[in-house]
Amino acid sequence: MTLDEATVEALAARLLAAERERKPITKITDEHPHLDYDDAYAIQNRIRAHKLAAGETIAGLKAGLTSKAKMKQMNVAEPVFGFMTDRGAWPDGGAIERDRYIAPRIEAEIALVTKRDLAGPGCHLAEVLAAIDFVLPAVEVLDSRYENFRFDMVSVVADNTSAAGFVTGGRPRRLREVDLPTLGLVVEKNGQVVEVGAGAAVLGHPAESIVMLANNLARRGEHIPAGSFIMTGGITAAVAVDRGDAITVRFQDLGNLSLRFA
Amino acid sequence: MDKATIDGFGDALYAALRKRRTIAPLTEQAPDITLEDAYQISLRMLEHRLADGERIVGKKIGVTSKAVMTMLDVHQPDFGYLTDTMMYATGAEVPASRELIAPRAEGEIAFVLKRDLEGPGVTNADVIRATDFVMPCFEIVDSRITDWKIRIQDTVADNASCGVVVMGDRAVAPADVDLSTCGIVVSLNGEIISTGAGAAALGSPVNCVTWLANTLGRIGIPLKAGEVILSGSLVPLQPVKPGDNMSLVIGGIGGCAVRFV
Repeated sequence: MTLDEATVEALAARLLAAERERKPITKITDEHPHLDYDDAYAIQNRIRAHKLAAGETIAGLKAGLTSKAKMKQMNVAEPVFGFMTDRGAWPDGGAIERDRYIAPRIEAEIALVTKRDLAGPGCHLAEVLAAIDFVLPAVEVLDSRYENFRFDMVSVVADNTSAAGFVTGGRPRRLREVDLPTLGLVVEKNGQVVEVGAGAAVLGHPAESIVMLANNLARRGEHIPAGSFIMTGGITAAVAVDRGDAITVRFQDLGNLSLRFA
Repeated sequence: MDKATIDGFGDALYAALRKRRTIAPLTEQAPDITLEDAYQISLRMLEHRLADGERIVGKKIGVTSKAVMTMLDVHQPDFGYLTDTMMYATGAEVPASRELIAPRAEGEIAFVLKRDLEGPGVTNADVIRATDFVMPCFEIVDSRITDWKIRIQDTVADNASCGVVVMGDRAVAPADVDLSTCGIVVSLNGEIISTGAGAAALGSPVNCVTWLANTLGRIGIPLKAGEVILSGSLVPLQPVKPGDNMSLVIGGIGGCAVRFV
């Protein structure tokens, strides 16, 4: 931790204002080059506190940067984690207000819902699998509050990992009905296939994201409460979207999700 | 292109295959070469293999992904022939150092037919009806053209750059799996290197087989009962070398593994 409380509060306020006014800012490490992960999660927590105080509720948790290739490229050992609020929930088949965002992008993901508390340290895959209630398809809407999605890992954590919105629905399944690593999906933008992938793109197994999330939260004195909706990380590259674009994601065994930007 | 030139190129490609010595791109040697010439050359090359006692066991469809179509500047797939000597079973050692030149691995879905399919006019429903089962497989492509410097005519003439095929050991009825959304996970030496889904090949592997049946139907060639049809890669090509091992698994279908020696 390198920042004092007042600076954490000021940076959180700056990111909140950027989101509210849709005016991107330069990444905060330009000004605070020694910012560490503890600082970044402290800023994210302040943003969460402000949102809850404003009446938003926590809708779920999310992991980002979960592809091994991306982690290697950024030289990090674990993904980044953030949260979603009810304000980001969009209906399956509905229209998303494009103007609520700066430069939205979407990623297709597998979401898991827990039925038991999960706490680290030492959380492992079997424990997570035992705690899964059901599996859902999900599409995440990402929007960086930094100019042109230009950021580093620490800055992106402070910005709640670019969390902006999500769509879920489709056909929920029990864990034993699906094979998460080989579960395939196809992203279509305006009727054309733009991305394909399978669950193993996320850390070899999407539930591995939750293992790392539980252990990460433990270091911050938190845990994953029973009933959490967790988006495990993008299976495909992010797809840029704009007004008028329609997205359909077809998931193996989990049905379809569709959304459009209006 | 006259018959003598076509035969000459077919002979040269066959010699390159047997001696593992590449030749310059045909598109450099004969810049006016057409796609039709290229298919005639591939047949000449095939005739040599059949004269050696090889037997046709199926066909492969190539250039089915948008990325490869863009690279080769074409808007449709191509095809080549599979012979019995190309076929390996999962877990096999593929003698890359002895038989291949610059191998690259692709993960695919193979269709095994129980009825003939003869276009034109073949629909996806006809393909599903004529398919006995689908299987996971690796296609190990290889090029008899120096450094893979291929344009579409080069790869077509060179039997669609086919090398060998490694078949998995599970078979699933085509009606029991969603061939468009089924996921594929490919590992190299124990590390996941790519994932994809059926839709990577022309939106669905079924579309690929339908395309082939109709394309061959126009020149009077049927897809025959019992044939193995490789429907096109679902992931980017992975160069491989002796010592590498690879595995893949396709959601709802099964897996396949290969070692290169």
